[in-house]
This record gives sequence, structure tokens and C-alpha cells, in this order.
Amino acid sequence: MYVAVKGGERAIENAHAWLAEERRGNTDIAELSIAQIREQLSLAVNRVMAEGSLYDPDLAALAIKQARGDLIEAIFLIRAYRTTLPRFGASEPVDTGIMACDRRISATFKDLPGGQVLGPTFDYTHRLLDFKLAADGEVPKAPSRDAETGNVPHVTEFLNREGLIEEAPHDDTPPPDLTREPLEMPADRALRLQALTRADEGFTLGLAYSTQRGYGRNHAFVGELRIGSVPVEMDIPELGFAVEIGEVILTECETVNQFTGSKTEPPQFTRGYGLVFGQTERKAISMALVDRALRWEELGEDNVGAPAQDAEFVLYHADNIQATGFLEHIKLPHYVDFQSELELVRKLRREAGAQQVQEAAE
Amino acid sequence: MTEYNFAYLDEQTKRMIRRAILKGLAIPGYQVPFASREMPMPYGWGTGGVQVSAAVLTPKDTFKVIDQGADDTTNAVSIRTFFQRTAGVATTTATSDATVIQTRHRIPEEPLHEGQILVYQVPIPEPLRFLEPRESETRKMHSLEEYGLMHVKLYEDISRHGHIATSYAYPVKVEGRYVMDPSPIPKFDNPKLGDMAAIQLFGAGREQRIYALPPYTQVVSLDFEDHPFEASKADHPCGMCGATDSYLDELIIDDLGGRMFVCSDSDYCEARQATGHKGKDAA
Repeated sequence: MYVAVKGGERAIENAHAWLAEERRGNTDIAELSIAQIREQLSLAVNRVMAEGSLYDPDLAALAIKQARGDLIEAIFLIRAYRTTLPRFGASEPVDTGIMACDRRISATFKDLPGGQVLGPTFDYTHRLLDFKLAADGEVPKAPSRDAETGNVPHVTEFLNREGLIEEAPHDDTPPPDLTREPLEMPADRALRLQALTRADEGFTLGLAYSTQRGYGRNHAFVGELRIGSVPVEMDIPELGFAVEIGEVILTECETVNQFTGSKTEPPQFTRGYGLVFGQTERKAISMALVDRALRWEELGEDNVGAPAQDAEFVLYHADNIQATGFLEHIKLPHYVDFQSELELVRKLRREAGAQQVQEAAE
Repeated sequence: MTEYNFAYLDEQTKRMIRRAILKGLAIPGYQVPFASREMPMPYGWGTGGVQVSAAVLTPKDTFKVIDQGADDTTNAVSIRTFFQRTAGVATTTATSDATVIQTRHRIPEEPLHEGQILVYQVPIPEPLRFLEPRESETRKMHSLEEYGLMHVKLYEDISRHGHIATSYAYPVKVEGRYVMDPSPIPKFDNPKLGDMAAIQLFGAGREQRIYALPPYTQVVSLDFEDHPFEASKADHPCGMCGATDSYLDELIIDDLGGRMFVCSDSDYCEARQATGHKGKDAA
């Protein structure tokens, strides 16, 4: 006897209750605080802020806690929250030339004004599990010195003085806003960069890596990678001038790419650019490589058909919230479509079977 | 949930969506790009339909949500609860009582009447997408009314299988102009699209598109003179209400391959049972 499935509502409620219990885990173990996540899982917090497009470490930490550590789920929580926030206005463009750098390295010059600052990096750690951390995570205080004062000039500016690198002319055109206008092709560079800065880290990394392995190779050097805080200023109409409203930590990567010239451009170095919220250097470097690959058209290069050169392919598939939603939706009921496919396959099989019988008889 | 606006979205966003809807109604079957927002449910769960519903709902509306034809599938329950909570609107499962019906994959069996709005959740709004993956190309094809590729695809089906091998999301032509994806409804539902008394709105959130059919629009399923379109369904009556004119779900009822067929439209089936119709599997 068939009884129509009722009680979807109760099933959902119970599933949510169970989920909450699983999230908390064993209650004999102390609960994680938002501050602990913010302070001790800060790179996860940074990724959530970057791909969630919302700079708020506490909210990102809350999202990570609520998402049981699933960062894409946490990014989704932040995006859904962000979209409900009213817009008071836009900040002035941030000036990364006045960044208070925690880290600043160049792979193209051994020494340069402003110096090389390694900063808190995993780069030269030996990846050995530190079993001491399992017992006691307290660390001795790291040596410190006074911060450098003054501006930190960009490496690309030195090259520019010699005319060796393409010009990046100042442009005051307001950039399009991906979160307020539908993404449409062709996308200009500002829009592409906007999409890339919130793009999935793994997807961006994979694409960037593919360019290094020959799918649209563009010979990138990290001209400069810098991480640090910059002031954010906003023009207050009532005051008539801009005031500082806070600080954000950014990672900026400028690549210098070899370029032997094209039909339209002379031989010179070209640029790829990455700028991402927080300490997120894998993402910033990846972004710069993909940005450079996407610029083939404006530089008069050949389209070799590489995935990273294809703006439509890259931009329509880089957003992990869109991707994960559409991917996972196939677990929702599809009885109706499947039923119509069943009927069709049965019909085609019946006819194919009848034809075979007929052929055998002939 | 007082911290959110009526029907969740802020008024500016709703206004933007309404403009897209009006444009869609003015150009039936044309896909209007709109600045889809991140919703508190994932893309693929009906965010396009939810945004369209949020934009058209008024406090006086009565709202019905179906998924696969049924009011009690989990995602239909979830979306209905969302609007109960954020808009406080009355809800119903009765097709005729609803003023706004959000649906995934079905058109109700009971004919809709004037004043009703049917909101479809759309995963891939572009009927040409699987023939041409590039949006820049497909938009060009629509503007040039270049639909040859679609006819070639359908013709190839016929030459290979003897039939058009599309059983759901079967493409239609609207008022002799735009080829349109009717969302993944079974082709059984296609004849209901045309000449419908209700307004039909289609929302694709992830793909950022809205399109529409005003009441009494001509909608024709693509076919050939010698291979006319045929709406199909399982060749059985409903096991519960005995209906022979409704779309059926197939259920596996034991581990010996026993099956039964039941209306996918739960409201239609229950209403028939309430008026004494009985199928062979009814208690």
C-alpha cells in the first residue's frame, strides 16, 4: 500500500537539529570561540573574506564555525549576508604604495628600495609535523624591530622608468560592479579582475598552473608580492573631503611577463595583476597569472585555445558559490525528468528490439 | 524575521527584478539579463524563482510551491517556509486558490486562471546551450533568429532514433520569434504553456536571466510536419485516483520489481480522491 510521502517539514527540522549537534561535536570538548578561529585559523578566515567579498574577520570566523570548517559553505554564508547589506557608497581607491608591509618580496631584483621582507611565511619551513604543537602551542616571542616608515615603491615602476614594461595608464572610469550588474561578455579588465579576486582559489590555482605548463604560457616572474595593511578612505559628501574609515589587509601580486612583441605591441615586459583581501598569496599569484593570460587580445597575442585565455570559460566557472550550487542541486528530486527519460529509453529500446527481431527473421 | 524586508529582498532589488520582468513580458521568450543576488539558499535550489516570487508577491497574495508537481517535496516545503517567514503571506496547496505558484519541473494539471502567476525555477535558460556553450554566440543566434542548429539537432535525433530524443525541457517557439527553454518540465506539460490564462515568469538565478510569457501567448513546441510534436506520459492510469490524463511518477513498491504509477501533481490527485475517484492501488 502506497502512502504519499508527507512530513517533509518535520524531516527538515530534524535534519537541522542533527546538523547542529554534529557541528558542536563531543560536548566534553571545549567549544571553539569566534576569537579563537579569527586568531588561530586566520588564513581560513582570510580566504572566506576574499571569496565572500566581505572584509570582516569576526563574521568570517562565525561563518567558519557555523559551516563546520567547510570554507565554501562559509563563503556562501558571507555572500548571502553581504547581499543584504545597504550600500552607503564606495571608498576611494586604496593606494598599495603606502601599504604598511608585513611581507614584501621580489623575485626579479635581489635588492630594491624598501628592501625584501620575508614576513610570516611558510616558504622556508620544513614541512615536518610539529608534535610539540599537539601538546603545547605556546610560542616564544618573535624578534621584532621598528617598522620601516615611508612609501614602498612598486617594482614595476622601476622598469617603467626605462620603458621596459607596458604602460598602465591612470584610468578614472568607474569600474563595473559584478555584484550589481549581470556579468556580460566581453568583460573588460576591471570586471575580469573583480571576478578573479572573489573566484575560487582552487579553480584559479589550477588555471594559473595550466598556463605554466604550456596552455597559454606567458613566462611570469613575480615582480613583487606584498602583504600588509592599507588605509581605506571614503569621501563624505557632507564634509566635502575623504576621511579614513578603517584599514584592510591586502595581498598584492604584480607579475612581470616576458613578451617578445606582437602585431600591435613592441617587445617589452607585460603585466599581470592580483589583489586579494587578507594574507592570501597563493590566490593573488594565481590571479595575476590568469589575468595576464586573459589579456591576450589587448596585447595582440594569438589565442592558442588555452582554457586560461578564454574569458567566457574562466569567468562563468570561477565562482565557487555558483558552481557548488549547480553541482549539488543534482541531488534534489528529479523524478519528473527521470520519468520522462525512462519512458523515452523504454520506447527506443522497444523499437530497437523489434527491429532486431525483424532483421533476424529476414 | 523582522530584520529583513518584506519577502526578504530590499525594495531597490525588487524594483530591478520587476523591471526585468516587465521587459520580459514585453518581449515574450526573450532572456533578460538581471543582476541576480546571492540568496540564502544555494544556486540550483530555485534562487531565480525565489527572486521572481519575492518581486511579485504582495501581502495579500496566497502562495503555493511545488517541486516535481508536489507540495510536500522537501525543497518545496523549504521555499514555502521561507516566504511564510519573510513575507508572512498565506499559503495553500490548492492550485485554484493560489495567486502565485512557484514551480520546479511541472505545470499543475488543473488549468490556471486569469490573475494567477506561475513562477518557474530555471537551471539553464538557454535552449541553445548544449549546442553552443558560449553565451556570446547564443545571444547572437537569438538576435539573428538563427535557429537552424536546433532544427538540425532535432532532425539528427529523428534520423538516428526515429523520434526526437528530448523528453523534458523540450524547446518551444514563442509568438513565432524566440526559441525558449520551458525549464525542465516533461514535454507532457508543453501544450499547457501556450494560450495560458495566467502570467508565466521564468527565473534563472545563477545564469542571471528572467523571461516571461504574458497570458494567452502563442507557444509552439518545435517539430517537423512529418514528425509532429507528441506529449507523452506513462501509459497507465493513476494508481490512487484513477486519472488517465495526468502526468505520473513511477514508484518501486517492492524488491520484486513491483511498480505503481501515481499522479505527480499531489493536489490534483488528492482533490480527485476526495471526490470519490479511486485507482486500483488505493486502500
